[in-house]
Amino acid sequence: MLTESCCLKFARGHRLQHDTVRHLWIIQAPEKAFIADEIAAATLKLVDGKRSLKEIIDALTADYQADRSIIARDVTALLAELRDKGVLNS
Amino acid sequence: MTTPYIPSAAEAPPMSLLAEVTHRCPLSCPYCSNPLELVRKSQELSTESWKRVFKEAADLGILQVHFSGGEPMVRPDLPDLIAYAQSLNLYTNLITSGVFLTRDTLKTLDEAGLDHVQLSFQDVIPEEADRLSGFSNVQPRKLEAARLIREAGLPLTLNFVLHKGNIERMPAMFALARKLGAIRVEMANTQYYGWALRNRAALLPSLAQLDAAQDVVNAELARGGLAIDYVTPDYYADRPKPCMGGWGRRFLNISPSGKVLPCHAAETIPGLTFDNVEEKPLKEIWENGQAFRRFRGTEWMPEPCASCDRKEIDWGGCRCQALALTGDACNTDPVCSLSPRHNTILDAIREANEKTELPFIYRHFST
Repeated sequence: MLTESCCLKFARGHRLQHDTVRHLWIIQAPEKAFIADEIAAATLKLVDGKRSLKEIIDALTADYQADRSIIARDVTALLAELRDKGVLNS
Repeated sequence: MTTPYIPSAAEAPPMSLLAEVTHRCPLSCPYCSNPLELVRKSQELSTESWKRVFKEAADLGILQVHFSGGEPMVRPDLPDLIAYAQSLNLYTNLITSGVFLTRDTLKTLDEAGLDHVQLSFQDVIPEEADRLSGFSNVQPRKLEAARLIREAGLPLTLNFVLHKGNIERMPAMFALARKLGAIRVEMANTQYYGWALRNRAALLPSLAQLDAAQDVVNAELARGGLAIDYVTPDYYADRPKPCMGGWGRRFLNISPSGKVLPCHAAETIPGLTFDNVEEKPLKEIWENGQAFRRFRGTEWMPEPCASCDRKEIDWGGCRCQALALTGDACNTDPVCSLSPRHNTILDAIREANEKTELPFIYRHFST
């Protein structure tokens, strides 16, 4: 279970990077690459092993001037999915 | 959300570069995927040439570089090459037999910023691993290599090449992967080109073996915790594999001497001209090189491919296989049951299901 006090980082061998040829944000992983859409990229740029999930949600809520509960739901779902895939860990 | 990366346009930039930095190898496996004619040390690209190629590759849109061979660790400049690729934001993957991996050599690679290691295993039984690799006491070295890789915190994939003689030990292979802390396992049945084709009758599993293997894979997938990439021998399929994700669509391969190939077996195909990175920029080769244009897209296709609704799914299958089994790389891959030459596949399957114990033809190369 992912709570707002959780603090995630990229697992070794996984990273977010900007693809300057295709103009996309991508997640690099062993033997594959995923495209991160704008919201996913904005979120993952904040994942640094120091910020808690709460701090990430607060920052995105301020940036996008959106309803915090909706941001919290989407961000938690995204990060939980990436943790389950082994892209992120705590 | 996140989605897998799939290129769209036919001339879209490639995603992966297989950098075959050498053909030299201390092992002598009977299913070796390298060409029958190997590149000698004196013909290998220099450190500076490889670096220039990586810069051109990153500018072209390559995201991942797979350092392969031969055994890439025979090159003393490997850490230097990895560090340079890493500085260009290229994802660096080392594909190794592990026999030269020690605490010291791994530390150098780790400090160079290596992202991921694929460690090859021939078997789970030490005697069988020795027999397959032609290398004495190979298994303890590989087990130690795996331990060191995990100790350094590097993500590890175990690679197994499956064949008639080891496919029934897949449960033990999965158990080994879990015990060693691998995050991923590649279990690829031998693909029958070059050296492996010479040994096909001794390597191709029976249908019963393949059915059992699929059950094992399904059970392991259900257990979770391990990414599994299982590749069946396409001889038993009705439709061909989309070889390389389509010719000249995603991958390129650079040979130890700098030849740029659409796949690592492409040199077997007559009538193709392979450009060399010492003579032309990589972008020019990828976009306009004769070898890449020859089978890119669907224009080249004969019937039954040309009118097939799967032509942009399997891209006509494998050109090297069409050549090896029908004598002409322009033919439909004979794996396809619609191919007029599908009988060549059926004959090979019959042979594999009749004969059991056959000797291997080994290959040896070190110069």
